[in-house]
Amino acid sequence: MSAPAPLPAPAPRRRLRVATASLAGCFGCHMSFLDMDERLVGLIDLIVLDRSPLTDIKHPGPCDIALVEGGVCNAENVHVLRELRRAAKVVIALGACAVNGGLPAMRNHRGLEDILRKVYEERPDGGAGIPDDPELPLLTDKVHPLHEVVRVDYFLPGCPPSADAIHKFLTDLAEGRTPRLADALLHFD
Amino acid sequence: MTEIENVVVIDGLRVPFEPGQTILEAALAAGVWIPHLCHHPDFAPHGSCKVCTVVVNGRNGSACTMRALPGQEVASATPEIQERRRTLLQMLFVEGNHFCPGCEKSGNCTLQALAYDAEMLTPRFDHFYPNRRLDGSHPDVLLDLDRCILCELCVRASRDVDGKSVFAVAGRGGDCRIVVNSPTGRLGDTDLAIEDAAAHVCPVGAILPKRVGFSVPIGARVFDAGPISEVSPHLARTEDGR
Ligand code: SF4
Ligand code: SF4
Ligand code: FES
Repeated sequence: MSAPAPLPAPAPRRRLRVATASLAGCFGCHMSFLDMDERLVGLIDLIVLDRSPLTDIKHPGPCDIALVEGGVCNAENVHVLRELRRAAKVVIALGACAVNGGLPAMRNHRGLEDILRKVYEERPDGGAGIPDDPELPLLTDKVHPLHEVVRVDYFLPGCPPSADAIHKFLTDLAEGRTPRLADALLHFD
Repeated sequence: MTEIENVVVIDGLRVPFEPGQTILEAALAAGVWIPHLCHHPDFAPHGSCKVCTVVVNGRNGSACTMRALPGQEVASATPEIQERRRTLLQMLFVEGNHFCPGCEKSGNCTLQALAYDAEMLTPRFDHFYPNRRLDGSHPDVLLDLDRCILCELCVRASRDVDGKSVFAVAGRGGDCRIVVNSPTGRLGDTDLAIEDAAAHVCPVGAILPKRVGFSVPIGARVFDAGPISEVSPHLARTEDGR
């Protein structure tokens, strides 16, 4: 009897298409993503970037993963988030603001009007008045974390999550594992 | 007649106890970790947070209030019980305003450390974002009820240790809150002193001594050294120093 034919070599893994966006956040999570430094080179073998402030592509095509930083504080955020949810198979809430509203959500227990007055009017110099340019997106009454607006598949907490945590999460996903942050990588602050 | 051994079995481990000890006290003294939040070894058990809930001979009970008795088979670290604990913690997070990046207690906070230990990545529920009181009227102590989890440790410490009863609980259900015993309701108008136990017992960032912020930097704080299940100050050290 002839020896069994050798198994075919595994097909090269398809690179994951990743979109990223910053909603009501400070861009710290994107900076932390860039903090992966030389590991980005290895990551580029696993992922390819779609819509992202890093590529300057404005609208996502069909994606595997959307990494979304920041909470939802205005109508434009809602729009961008829904577009990403439609485009991506997996949505990851990246960082404290996306996970629980973060520091922007500290405005939630004061009225929106009260906040606007305090910031723009009640100042020693009288302030310049509350901005009302029609180009400005309408503010939501409260700042919301992503999961209160769309379905979210994974949450990656931290303010920002460390480069190590983002790297672990993405490589776990790209290599087909359930992402897991061990104690040292899990931080809410 | 054979002596009945003072031993409970927790997750298959034989844990000896002194008569009168609770299951939690016996476990911690033996270096066996059961997560807990409203329990503190210096104060009478309270049994309010339910994080320490275990299954004893098939029934649920709070390990911090149940006396240890011979013949008890206790389940604690099972996936089902851990999942229930995670759900409890998620409810505590959304019931308050827990913005850890802006909280001085971060890294020293028991609620946060328990959430890390339970691998809580998400608040899961919709947030309440309650409108709670911030009281900065005391010269040495800040009261920020946004982060209060109603463990009543401050109530117990002030009443039983300081003999002052500065704090009390008022209201029911979602209206339940900590109130301050002074004619104005302000902390600055009580006889709370910075030396009082009540000023230092809060497991979260609701009662904070003023002017000591960041004296220990983030990264060098109690629970930065390791998971609370290993570094809890309530846990007896094992022989290898852990
Ligand atoms: S009290 Fe604890 S859980 Fe709440 S915000 Fe502060 S560090 Fe986070
Ligand atoms: S203020 Fe702190 S110690 Fe007092 S009940 Fe709230 S969480 Fe517990
Ligand atoms: S520690 Fe037992 S109920 Fe809170």
